[in-house]
Amino acid sequence: MAFLKNRSFMIGAFLATIFIGAALVSFLWTPFDVTKLDIAHKLQTPSALHWFGTDHFGRDIFSMIMVGARTSIAVAVVAVGIGIILGVPLGLAAAARKDSLLDEVIMRTNDLVFAFPALLIAIMITAVFGPSATNAIIAIGIFNIPVFARLTRGSALTLWTRDFILSARVAGKNAVRISIEHILPNILNLLIVQGSIQFSLGILAEAGLSYVGLGAQPPIPSWGRMLAESQTMISFAPHLAIFPGMAIVLTVLGLNLMGDGLRDLLDPRLRRSRT
Amino acid sequence: MLRYSLKRLLSLGLSLLAASAVIFLAIEVVPGDPASYMLGINAQPDTVAALRAELGLNVSAFERYITWVSGMLTGDFGTSYTYRTPVVDMIGDRIMISLPLAIYALTLSTLIAFPAGILAASKRGSATDVSIMGATQLGVAIPNFWFAMLLVVFFAINLRWFSAGGFPGWDKGFFISMKALTLPAISLALPQASILARVMRSALIDTMDEDFIRTARAKGLSRRQAMWRHALRNAMIPVLTIIGLQFSFLMAGAIIIENVFFLPGLGRLVFQSISQRDLIVVESVVMLLVFAVVLVTFIVDIAYAAVDPRLRGRS
Repeated sequence: MAFLKNRSFMIGAFLATIFIGAALVSFLWTPFDVTKLDIAHKLQTPSALHWFGTDHFGRDIFSMIMVGARTSIAVAVVAVGIGIILGVPLGLAAAARKDSLLDEVIMRTNDLVFAFPALLIAIMITAVFGPSATNAIIAIGIFNIPVFARLTRGSALTLWTRDFILSARVAGKNAVRISIEHILPNILNLLIVQGSIQFSLGILAEAGLSYVGLGAQPPIPSWGRMLAESQTMISFAPHLAIFPGMAIVLTVLGLNLMGDGLRDLLDPRLRRSRT
Repeated sequence: MLRYSLKRLLSLGLSLLAASAVIFLAIEVVPGDPASYMLGINAQPDTVAALRAELGLNVSAFERYITWVSGMLTGDFGTSYTYRTPVVDMIGDRIMISLPLAIYALTLSTLIAFPAGILAASKRGSATDVSIMGATQLGVAIPNFWFAMLLVVFFAINLRWFSAGGFPGWDKGFFISMKALTLPAISLALPQASILARVMRSALIDTMDEDFIRTARAKGLSRRQAMWRHALRNAMIPVLTIIGLQFSFLMAGAIIIENVFFLPGLGRLVFQSISQRDLIVVESVVMLLVFAVVLVTFIVDIAYAAVDPRLRGRS
């Protein structure tokens, strides 16, 4: 098993599994109820009872991080999903009709969307509809579309010149069938690697948006908002900021390492430049 | 080269026009009328109508769009609904913080990334390389606003070397102002430096595998000489692209960091405007940032073509 031998992949997968596991377990169980306020035990430092301490409302930070993992992971997964579901077909279509009007329109629209960093898209959406986790998903999702469209088009274009595609055309398959049956399976590895990168970027973006108040709204716990709330208390209760921050760093680090490992395992062509 | 530049310039103009339409459409579909919002629910209809006329809201959306775009071309961004002052003045004051912050961060990021990337590439596979790459892996994973908070705790609260936030104003002196921007710039620069160092390393390693480097080595140059004299310059193309991309992301990223340090920059302005439904300010700031992204891409493209004539053929 090559996967087991790849150290980067294994460390990354281990870290990612912890947080995805925590998110899943939080649906069934958390050490404390995150919606219950316990002012008598507010701002407690880490102890055997409250592993990561409590916040200014006496809520258990460990439990909040578990529930917050749900928000981060859900936002990032759906946003990557939007990017793949819309971006990949657009990229395939653009490559299949290279230099046509369709290709030009798709690629220029991509360039246009690319000019809007996710934060600006979120600002515009929030200005119109108000802040929410859904709007964060839409903003990060829109940002992901051109990423996948460009990657798909670029790698599909080189495939379209290959002999096996020519044979498929000679056999009478149309562009749609060739794209689905031959191009897509051949670029799947690249999409998986890019997906893991966008997933980790999505977690960072969600944290940033929640931090400035454009993401998940109370009472839904989110890592970014936990950090925003901790800011005024950081001088006397640094644990409020340290643990949610560590959760973000370790999750993103895990996903990045996993992405690196996957790239080595799935795309041997890239191995040379990295080692 | 001239033809290529003109073509890119045309595409720049079209991109900006399309972006302005998208921004206007997206924000103008907002439910509710700014005039009614400003005057409150008890306002008389004729007062609302008068304010609508004063704000230029009583004409069709298309006319408003044309007025907005043609105004921007002449430096008139309209009047803030909330403060009744020209938007261009508000942006002008704020950009004097956001722009220097982005430039400061980009400079820091380049100063950190170049030596780190070059060192890692020249000692490829060694403990130094592994440590630098490990550090960059961590740097990419750290959210800049969290790093900013840690910097505040350490350098502002514990060591008291810097203030925890705020901006004294450029009129109080260059060094005092730059000092206030130092922690924000470091926190913005960290993830960017990590990305740049990785790009620098892999570009340099790729270039060192090229035939012309082998030729240079065959002519008697040491690995080190070949790298400094030939590889470095050729590895700069991907590095320059990333620097260009980073600048626009730094401008946008500054929005978040300004919140950590309570800096009165464009970011604070845009959030304030969202909460006050001062949409004309939101529209203008977003347009300005998109303009920065598109302009930087344009400059990078032109710089590319100037450096590498092969690229002029492709658009």
